[in-house]
Amino acid sequence: MKQSIFTVKSNQHLTDTVLKMVLAGDTSAITASGQFVNIKLDGFFLRRPISVCDYNEKTLTILYKVVGKGTQYLSTLAAGKQLDILTGLGNGYDTSKSGMHPLLIGGGVGVPPMYRLAKNLLEEGKKPEVILGFNTKAEAFYIDEFRALGVPVHVATADGSLGTKGFVTDVVKTLKDYTYFYTCGPEPMLKALSDVTETSGQLSFEERMGCGFGACMGCSCETKYGNKRICKDGPVLEKEEIKW
Amino acid sequence: MVNTKVTLSGITLDNPVIPASGTFGYGYEFAELYDINILGSFSFKGTTREPRFGNPTPRIAECTAGLINSVGLQNPGIDKVISEELPKMRKCFHKPVIANISGFSVDEYAYCCERIDKEDQVGIIEVNVSCPNVHHGGMAFGTSPEAAAEVTRAVKAVTTKPVYIKLSPNVTDIAAVAKACEEAGADGISLINTMMGMRIDLKTKRPVIANKMGGFSGSAIFPVAVRMVYQVAEAVNIPVIGMGGVSSAEDVIEMMLAGATAVQVGAANLVDPFACKNIIEDLPRVMEQYGIKDLNEIIGGAHK
Repeated sequence: MKQSIFTVKSNQHLTDTVLKMVLAGDTSAITASGQFVNIKLDGFFLRRPISVCDYNEKTLTILYKVVGKGTQYLSTLAAGKQLDILTGLGNGYDTSKSGMHPLLIGGGVGVPPMYRLAKNLLEEGKKPEVILGFNTKAEAFYIDEFRALGVPVHVATADGSLGTKGFVTDVVKTLKDYTYFYTCGPEPMLKALSDVTETSGQLSFEERMGCGFGACMGCSCETKYGNKRICKDGPVLEKEEIKW
Repeated sequence: MVNTKVTLSGITLDNPVIPASGTFGYGYEFAELYDINILGSFSFKGTTREPRFGNPTPRIAECTAGLINSVGLQNPGIDKVISEELPKMRKCFHKPVIANISGFSVDEYAYCCERIDKEDQVGIIEVNVSCPNVHHGGMAFGTSPEAAAEVTRAVKAVTTKPVYIKLSPNVTDIAAVAKACEEAGADGISLINTMMGMRIDLKTKRPVIANKMGGFSGSAIFPVAVRMVYQVAEAVNIPVIGMGGVSSAEDVIEMMLAGATAVQVGAANLVDPFACKNIIEDLPRVMEQYGIKDLNEIIGGAHK
């Protein structure tokens, strides 16, 4: 974990409620896809934990949805604004277990961490296949960015306005020969995927956090491997350890 | 050079800054961020006889200038604290530590305190009679002078180390509770624990916290804490450790003027993992700014 000051480079709407923010700063503490950062915002007591979409040596990209006052404030920030950010939080995804053909399944604001994960798997010579789920076509984002990586991309929308009508699980049921799965999204989706998938996998969880770095025990959960803190021992848990 | 050393029941601290229980674990995870030996001491995670998972989640709700927590005393239990956590702590912290103990019966308090009293590195035992999160738990002891005194007597009978009773602010007369503890043999008083609070989510129209209510802490409660430290310092002749919303070196000095000999920092650690380090580094400059050469000269200074 590292605490450092980042500078907003851009902050643009991808949909009505989802924005992409690119920040410049020290990303050296980020070691894996699926980790998150915790952002201090003027006028708010607790930091805002947001998953890492992508990063390089000097910049960090986050995609976030406006869901409350904190993210509403974040959406108003212009280029040049400086932010106090804790980076390198959480365990992130372990790509060593993926096999050659893992499925990457993102639902709504669970889509962003799949992007860096897909890049990492491609760099390792693997062939990831991506499934993105949204409520409607209007809420969909980052599909072209995933396609630009050269991976197969399936889209499901609940109302059928784009891609397969239904949920990501409806797409997963049609796929065979995958070796592993990685996912992030709302908990009902994670539970449904845990039931429908035929392989092991890693699932990233969301919880209201206090500190985001393991100190307060605010986001604890019970697993088959003992009590874990979503922020520090997670947010990624293995399918086999989860108590639903 | 200014003097930041203070003494609690014969134990000299390099400075009065102490991370509060439940916001600093057993120290070793913060030791990865900075050398925690710069701290005056720290109060480790509240410990009970049995392992506890604590309350269901969500356990956290944000508020203006603070947060509500309903962790519910999650801890591995006294056996594992002694066999696993304290050895890890010892490797990164080499000063006397404050052992925070909770219980659900007088016997449990006495049992845990007797066990922890035998640990060399424990300098002070801090008895939490005020955790507001657990049904039939600490709340009952801290809200009654008689019950708080009963716990104090039971703990004092089986320990050799200084015993500080950590009080709940959720009472009408905190000075009466503090006096009862002093008369029962307490060596010091810690206050304040969190204040009972609640938030309701407008979207779901339900409480944010799974357990409905929780303990409110953070800078919002600082004035309440200063007032209660002042009242308790006036009522007792034993040292007071002040806490509640402390987040700056200025707050440390204000708390000491109210009557605190040392000061704990809680919620601020959760927002900024370097909060205590920053306060300690800032303290000499702020002392000089206000013409303070020795912190001991200002303890209770506002009572004159």
